[in-house]
Amino acid sequence: MAIPLVATRHFFFTGKGGVGKTSLSCATGLALADAGRRVLIVSTDPASNLDEVLGVALGQTPTAIPDAPGLFALNIDPEAAAHDYRERMVGPYRGILPAAAIASMEEQFSGACTVEIAAFDEFSKLLGEPAATAQFDHVIFDTAPTGHTLRLLTLPSAWSEFIDSSTGGASCLGPLAGLEKQKALYAATVARLADPAETTVVLVSRADTAALREAERTRAELAALGVSNLQLALNGVLAVAATDDPIATAMMARGAEALAGMPAGLARLPITSTPLLALGTVGLDALRLMADPERAAPLRSALENDTALPSRLSALVDELAQAGRGVILTMGKGGVGKTTVAAAIAVALAQRGHAVQLSTTDPAAHVAEAIGTSVPGLSVGRIDPAAEVAAYQAEVLAKAAPNLDANGLAMLEEDLRSPCTEEIAVFRAFARAVDAGQEGFVVLDTAPTGHTILLLDAAEAYHREVSRTQGEMPEAVRQLLPRLRDPALTRVLIVTLAEATPVHEAERLQADLARAGIEPFAWVIDQSLLASGTGHPLLRERGAAEIPFIRRVADQLGRRCALIAWLPEAPVGVAGLAQLTQ
Amino acid sequence: MKKLEIYDPAMCCSTGICGVEVDPVLVAFNADLQWLAGQGVEVSRYNLSQEPQAFAANPAVLKEIDAGMERLPLTLVDGQVVATGAYLSRAQLVQKLGLAPVPIQAADPFPVQVSTACCKPGGGCC
Repeated sequence: MAIPLVATRHFFFTGKGGVGKTSLSCATGLALADAGRRVLIVSTDPASNLDEVLGVALGQTPTAIPDAPGLFALNIDPEAAAHDYRERMVGPYRGILPAAAIASMEEQFSGACTVEIAAFDEFSKLLGEPAATAQFDHVIFDTAPTGHTLRLLTLPSAWSEFIDSSTGGASCLGPLAGLEKQKALYAATVARLADPAETTVVLVSRADTAALREAERTRAELAALGVSNLQLALNGVLAVAATDDPIATAMMARGAEALAGMPAGLARLPITSTPLLALGTVGLDALRLMADPERAAPLRSALENDTALPSRLSALVDELAQAGRGVILTMGKGGVGKTTVAAAIAVALAQRGHAVQLSTTDPAAHVAEAIGTSVPGLSVGRIDPAAEVAAYQAEVLAKAAPNLDANGLAMLEEDLRSPCTEEIAVFRAFARAVDAGQEGFVVLDTAPTGHTILLLDAAEAYHREVSRTQGEMPEAVRQLLPRLRDPALTRVLIVTLAEATPVHEAERLQADLARAGIEPFAWVIDQSLLASGTGHPLLRERGAAEIPFIRRVADQLGRRCALIAWLPEAPVGVAGLAQLTQ
Repeated sequence: MKKLEIYDPAMCCSTGICGVEVDPVLVAFNADLQWLAGQGVEVSRYNLSQEPQAFAANPAVLKEIDAGMERLPLTLVDGQVVATGAYLSRAQLVQKLGLAPVPIQAADPFPVQVSTACCKPGGGCC
């Protein structure tokens, strides 16, 4: 079966950005509509390209999809919802409260949690109120709330304390002061999500070790919350006849290896596999092919590539090397290769005679092991987010637990599982790493978000002014802010793939950094099939589909741009990494 | 009955537990307020990000924040500003409220500190 087969009324697709949640949602919805059902597809993903995939401009109410009778879609931008909420809260006080007060309120409502909860609020309107979607047989969501959101909303103490008193704790529900009336609706939503007769959750992954690991993490988290009706959908699996093209052969071997090592919890689920298709997944024809790949038309044999490719990574390394020292940060969403790019740059700088400190958060620590001490001048360290978070949680609990009752403790423990915890814990380790090397180069494959930087800045300013506090912000952290904002010292490289969702997400990253006064030095496009030299017709078509995204990055988004080809030999170890910077 | 009002900076939650670095000052302060409420003090607490109307409606508070956001948090007893820019200890609150002094408690177990937590003043991960 090429696409998930779903019997329930609701289904959710969840997975990392770029794995194909929207495409699979649409292909599944279209197949159901073609079979005579009435289907509503809903996107609440801020980086959604649902309009593009279905070829229709969508809004906040169901829009009928032309040429697909029975299929409707709507697109909710949770950032717009969060923005509306922020305006409702802040707007009436403009001109009444001082500008500084307004600004501090606005930043309070600019974080990831506000957006996440705003998205959940939109889900709830559709899922918790049956009347809202009564005319549809199926409702498909191309995103799912995170385990963190669900746990938070199911903690009875969070709601009761929040509503009962203005001195009680509201946990991360704090920004939702205006939404407390939704309590019953949220409870109904969570119950419906966990009911296997009503809801199926589809975990979407690529045939890729890191993506499968992420899917397993989500599976375990949802299972712990009682969401048991789960499926695994493998998307974009390269399955072609044996070929002598080295790129296609290497890609199939890597996929097979990842699937052979699939975590046991995933292997027990019902699994579907959708092949990598030449045409991409935009438009109804392409979506129908996902459900029925045998119908694919013969591939075009000749494809012209006349787009000018950005320069190779080596040119960027030359430019970085000129400064003789500095902090180089590679940023990007998971799966785009930021660790590999960081390691390749570190090795190349060391080989040019510079002292280089590479710090990686790579969970498998492969990079650190593979490089070891084999390059003179290069030292490799590792930031282990899990260890940083664990140490941090233990420290906080030890400090606060004696003053909290059972409810308060439960809320604190949940709060400590929030994405902010990892961000701040890693941030501290990050500050130490930057501090460690002021002589030569420091290369890191992680960086705080603009939001964290602003947060820190505010806390630092507060600390400076409130002299009565005895606590000290660590010196490394205090020094970090001016260093990050100094373009002569710090170079941010945004790493992306030449595909729709990764580019959208990277654009959002750039906008977030701009808010904190940081402009990326360059963009790096990783794993380009177009530049790989593949002769396989399917992969050549995929490569041609990269062109609009390469042009957007090279011509509009980045001040500088470098491009790395998809490599048949995995970029591991010193020799493997050297392929990137030759 | 004595009336105690606290005007907090914009923050995620007033208990201080919604951040990654729990601010023990806020945790202890919250416990102190609950204790005072139990002593018959009328306690009100306003967070700038959630209850801006309370700030806008109080001329004394407006005057303070016009002077600078670092004046927050404000402590008001019966409408008079009695402290700015810091959270008072239980003993200080008792004294400002004119209550009978309480027996010396175990020393505050937490050093006062400013963290980078998401519910810090001006923060906002949430």
